[in-house]
Amino acid sequence: MSTEIADRDATIVAPEQASPDASRRGAPVHHRDFVEKVAGTLPYADDWGFPGMLHGVVVRAQLPSARIVAIDTSAARAVPGVRAVLTAADVPHNGIHDEASGLGVDAIQQPVLAADRVRYDGEPVAVIAAETPGAALEAAGLVDVEYEELPGVFDPEEALRDDAPAIHAGGNRYVDWRSSIGDVDAAMRSADLVVEETYRSQRVDHAYLEPEAGIGWIDSDGVLTLRVSTQVIEHAREIAEILKLPHSRVRVIASYMGGGFGGKEDMTIEPFLALLVWRTRRPVRMVWTRQESLLARYKRHPFTMRYRTGVRRDGTIVAQDVRIVGDAGAYPLLSSRVLFAATVNATGPYRVQDARVESTAVFTNNVPTSAFRGFGAMQVVFGYESQMDRIAELLGLDPAEVRRRNFVQRGDLRVTGEPIDTGVGVGECMERVLAELGPPSRPSGPHSRIGRGFACSMQPYGRSVFFADRASAWIGLEQDGTMVIRAGVTDLGAGQAASLANIAGEILGVTVDRTSVHIGDSALTPLTGGTFATRQLYMSGNAVLKVARSLRSKLEPVAAALLECEPAQLSFEDNRVSVGDRSLTMAEVAQAAEHQGVMPYVHETFEAETGEFDRETGRGRSFPDYTHGAHAAEVEVDESTGQVRVLKYVACHDVGRAISMQRVEGQIQGAVAQGVGYALSEDVELVDGVPSSTLFAEYLIPSSVDLPDIRAIGLELHPGKGPLGARGIGEPPIGPSAPALASAIQDAVGVRLQRLPMTPERLLDALQAARGASGSVAS
Amino acid sequence: MSKHEIALEVNGRPVSATVDPNMSLLELLRTEAGGLEVKLGCGEGVCGTCTVLLDGEPVNSCLTFAVQVDGRAVTTVRGLAAEGELHPLQEAFLTHAGSQCGFCTPGMLLTAKWYLDRHPRADREELRSALSGNFCRCTGYTKILDAIEAYRDARQEVSVVD
Ligand code: FES
Ligand code: FES
Repeated sequence: MSTEIADRDATIVAPEQASPDASRRGAPVHHRDFVEKVAGTLPYADDWGFPGMLHGVVVRAQLPSARIVAIDTSAARAVPGVRAVLTAADVPHNGIHDEASGLGVDAIQQPVLAADRVRYDGEPVAVIAAETPGAALEAAGLVDVEYEELPGVFDPEEALRDDAPAIHAGGNRYVDWRSSIGDVDAAMRSADLVVEETYRSQRVDHAYLEPEAGIGWIDSDGVLTLRVSTQVIEHAREIAEILKLPHSRVRVIASYMGGGFGGKEDMTIEPFLALLVWRTRRPVRMVWTRQESLLARYKRHPFTMRYRTGVRRDGTIVAQDVRIVGDAGAYPLLSSRVLFAATVNATGPYRVQDARVESTAVFTNNVPTSAFRGFGAMQVVFGYESQMDRIAELLGLDPAEVRRRNFVQRGDLRVTGEPIDTGVGVGECMERVLAELGPPSRPSGPHSRIGRGFACSMQPYGRSVFFADRASAWIGLEQDGTMVIRAGVTDLGAGQAASLANIAGEILGVTVDRTSVHIGDSALTPLTGGTFATRQLYMSGNAVLKVARSLRSKLEPVAAALLECEPAQLSFEDNRVSVGDRSLTMAEVAQAAEHQGVMPYVHETFEAETGEFDRETGRGRSFPDYTHGAHAAEVEVDESTGQVRVLKYVACHDVGRAISMQRVEGQIQGAVAQGVGYALSEDVELVDGVPSSTLFAEYLIPSSVDLPDIRAIGLELHPGKGPLGARGIGEPPIGPSAPALASAIQDAVGVRLQRLPMTPERLLDALQAARGASGSVAS
Repeated sequence: MSKHEIALEVNGRPVSATVDPNMSLLELLRTEAGGLEVKLGCGEGVCGTCTVLLDGEPVNSCLTFAVQVDGRAVTTVRGLAAEGELHPLQEAFLTHAGSQCGFCTPGMLLTAKWYLDRHPRADREELRSALSGNFCRCTGYTKILDAIEAYRDARQEVSVVD
């Protein structure tokens, strides 16, 4: 057996596939996309082209708040080679996005191209296609926009004031969420101690290495087709609305992404590319530069989180009162959902009999914020875990013991009033990471201090249940016994396609090397919904499992008749169907089935569990399930420079069941790397809405020397709701890093930072303030 | 702008082109030499995604001018092994999941190969430093280092047997 991949001029045999055991669970199985990635032959979004294609660029506003008085495109049009210069007036329906929350928040339209107002620095105002990239860029510089500057507002608290300039007609308060359980005020009065602290997180960029890119063309049958780096092929419908085309005339194909992390969940280049293709009737390529991406592509929401927690002397939480303000930037995008996720997850993996959480998403003239791995539920981990440490500190208790006293269990109610209905493994994860750090390291210099910390988390997977989420898949057997899976899932690099092959293989016994997975094509693959919310394993995985089982039950009578046995006696393994020592090849089964008129393919839909949520009361069902975990870290802090070095890191999550333990570890390690960057260095700094830099050199993501080996532990403790008992792992491991490192820094040098990122400057300031406060003279 | 005639070798094959003086090696490789495996991550010389070997030394092809490579030899990831095969280091990346989205992988592989060729016994910390100019946003680097170490060890065993 071998996996052969079709390549432009080579055929590569995957080495591990030579072994007949390779497909068994636990043995290395290389799905073909991974073989192509290491070979360098996987065609990403910018690796496709057409003869005669045009090159598209977006012209962006260079100030954050203004009225557009006039746009003169004549000079741009006059540049040789320019084929289209489009502005708002050229967009058939100049509005993106309906109501995203699913719970009736007022819809606010975002223009594709700014028409009369500019609301953030970098907002698209025109789009150009030309014969060469150079001509397109030259023309972009010649689009003459006359602006009348308007006062802007950049701080969410200020934006909420009555006299703040209104960014949208309805004002700057975009959405409020409120959930409560019990009587929090009475419970707070009964507490032995009330701890009140405010925690702040920053604006973060996804910084995937593949910038936004793609190509569009009109296909032979007249369908506007885009092949782009996107997490969501269902945007085809929105693109059709923008162009006022029938939905059936727009097709989106998702290429394998060079990273997404939520940043390719909203549309990026798609509407601009579509406009240019539709207008020029020519193939058009568009690639955003890194600097453009840092400037204007949507970021993670900065949060201000005020936690007021009432506790008994023994550390038991009796009341939890949380207030969150999130900076939505200039447009809604997915802010309503992000703040919803923050609200219902703000109390963490801790019991709450009396609690209240309120949150607000606020419009400002900052770059919009939207989806990012962790999606509101990760910022609050910094809030609730910092608060747990503070409580332990004030009560003189062991922080692990305070957590043990408060961990939720199956059956406990959340702040929404809904019960947790699967097992909770957060305690086991915490004990495990505490035991794993090993003996403490020695400081490397006279100013260095070593410290350790840990943090726990509970983050959801799957979409909120009131969306009634669905995913469809198609599986068929070819006459030679090879398997074809079709599912509209997009692949971010986490092995989404590979997982589907593994799951179907477990039921049908077809090995990965004999399986082809067709994904991400809105015209040809059954729709699964996008790859976000850690939903694809849960949704597409369950869909593929359901389809595989139903195909198996279709084939069983055929094989049983040939093998003269009962269907229940059959085993499907290693591309054979067998009973005892008699067996048929998959090809024989497929041929026999088809001969008898039993078509060897099935298309079905998996429906996630559904529930109601009442926006007024803030009560009801929110997310289908959660993944629990704990992280522990050891750091070395240089007191003279404020530099923090992460020396050791352990992250443990209960994954229910690992479809591939190696991929689970990879997800945990990658999320930790992003979590450490978020904790210590990453920050899209804006000064009155304008970035202080759009250079990648100034946006500090962790390099190899900024991270230790990340020890990832996937425990298979409590079955979740994914296929075969799996729990989603894409997003949950990003939350605990920041509080774990804050706690380690405090352990090292005695100061606690409550604002992210914890930069050397901030740490030095805090150390200085602490010395001043204690009146001692620093050595 | 005056054009320049250049001739170079890409993965052992001769390539000639007429280029503008400001054309980058990256652009030359992607547009004139079929080198789509060379990826653009930032265009600033920061991320290492565009790494290729120039006469055996790693360079950021986004910041190298095409005219600078006249008469020289470029190796991309597709030059690591004979066509149709994977280099053992690529196999190690596959086995140890050193690649997730794969966008950093071509540059990562070339840097690792170059470094191990010069420092066959490099330890994990030396390898970690060697990769500091190649960003990865997906893996947290741990499995990349696992893969490189596995390749180093396998290679040493082979040379001991020799
Ligand atoms: S693309 Fe060349 S260093 Fe980033
Ligand atoms: S694997 Fe995605 S950037 Fe490294």
